[in-house]
Amino acid sequence: MVLKKMALVGDALSHVALPGLGLGILYGFNPFFGGFVFLFVAAALIWRIERVTKLSVETIIGALFTLSLAAGILIIPEFELLEALFGDISKVTLESTVIAVAASVVAALMTRIIYKNMILGMISEELATSAGVQVARTNLLYLFLVSLTVAAGLQVVGTLLVGFLVVVPAASAKNLSSNLYKYGVLSSAFGVISAVSGILLSDYFNLQPGPLIVLSGVAVFIVTIIIRWAAKAPAL
Amino acid sequence: MSNVSVKVKDQVILDNISFGLKKGTTLAIVGPNGAGKTVLFRALLGLMPYTGTIEWRGAVKIGYVPQKLSVSDIPISVREFMLYKCGSGPHVEKCITSVELGTGRMLDKELGVLSGGQLQRVLIAWAIADNPDVLLFDEPTSAVDVDSQETIYELLNRLQQEHEITILIITHDMHVVRHYSDYMLALNRKTIFFGDSEEISNPSLLEAIYGSRLLLRKKPKEQE
Repeated sequence: MVLKKMALVGDALSHVALPGLGLGILYGFNPFFGGFVFLFVAAALIWRIERVTKLSVETIIGALFTLSLAAGILIIPEFELLEALFGDISKVTLESTVIAVAASVVAALMTRIIYKNMILGMISEELATSAGVQVARTNLLYLFLVSLTVAAGLQVVGTLLVGFLVVVPAASAKNLSSNLYKYGVLSSAFGVISAVSGILLSDYFNLQPGPLIVLSGVAVFIVTIIIRWAAKAPAL
Repeated sequence: MSNVSVKVKDQVILDNISFGLKKGTTLAIVGPNGAGKTVLFRALLGLMPYTGTIEWRGAVKIGYVPQKLSVSDIPISVREFMLYKCGSGPHVEKCITSVELGTGRMLDKELGVLSGGQLQRVLIAWAIADNPDVLLFDEPTSAVDVDSQETIYELLNRLQQEHEITILIITHDMHVVRHYSDYMLALNRKTIFFGDSEEISNPSLLEAIYGSRLLLRKKPKEQE
């Protein structure tokens, strides 16, 4: 999302999961599935509407995310609404953990498969097409993977903050990378550092883990900005 | 290409364009901004819906060199970019040296920090890496200084002779049309002219293309 200049899109897209989470809570099925279905349907709709109307993705998501937020607030009872918005890792069940791990593994494997095509499509649609890449299909798969990743993080940090997971670690990595390999390794590392330190801090201070994970990630981001500034030029 | 037309939201961008090319020749495509030159390339690449027929003799592999790339936001090194087309490590070095770029530190540079000339050569190396039959060049030297332009066209000439590639170049440079092309297609949504590139010297044709009279600069060798 960061390389596609769609960081805010990633953040807004996460709110689309809210009605799905609400239905999960109301009808007693795992909210991951509700969230994922809503995210993926929204992603497919965005992909299709963008191709048909040529409206920008930001505009379409702007409309969809406010609609979803409104529907979610109406569907979800007040107490559960807070949990859906902010998440709580301490309430994540074993079943949810297994689902989140499986979703992450699928997302990682599929990303590996479409990575080359995805990067070429980002560089230039024409260039990718000349190399035999089906750009539209790759973009749809990419949105599917974003949906999967966001859904996996929903119960940990909630719909309001999950956008952080797809944006901030990658933005921090970009500050320090001059090639894709470093970018990939650092993005994952910063994501893990933020999550682990956030959970440890929450245990120590007895505070909500979601916001602390975000704050840890933002602290890493600030450090990478300072390092970049100090180097005053090209990335490492 | 026969009777190809492209419409976007009821606006005609290309109107009934027809031309044919022999293998191993170069076609320069000229015309004012908004004439539909890049749209023609997008139709050739299958990225734009069109009516009419685009027919290739047999299965062709198309290479494409864009006018510019927005890569400043993507941390990708020259080596990583070339690996997409050139396979393993030793092949990457061969690809890069084919366009007269030294390997060494060049391969570890970020694509976004290369000069205009270096980036164009990397893009050419990328486009020819899998031995295409047809190359599409969209204003290949628009971001390059005059000396580098000459070198790049000489390089294209050499590559064409070595590999018998058919080349289509979008250009605003009349010098390129005269000295590096066999044929010329003058576009302004419709075909204004298709034929021998020598015709670019015809003032009335230039007036028909650009709407005003232009002076041609002489080929550097003729000036000496």
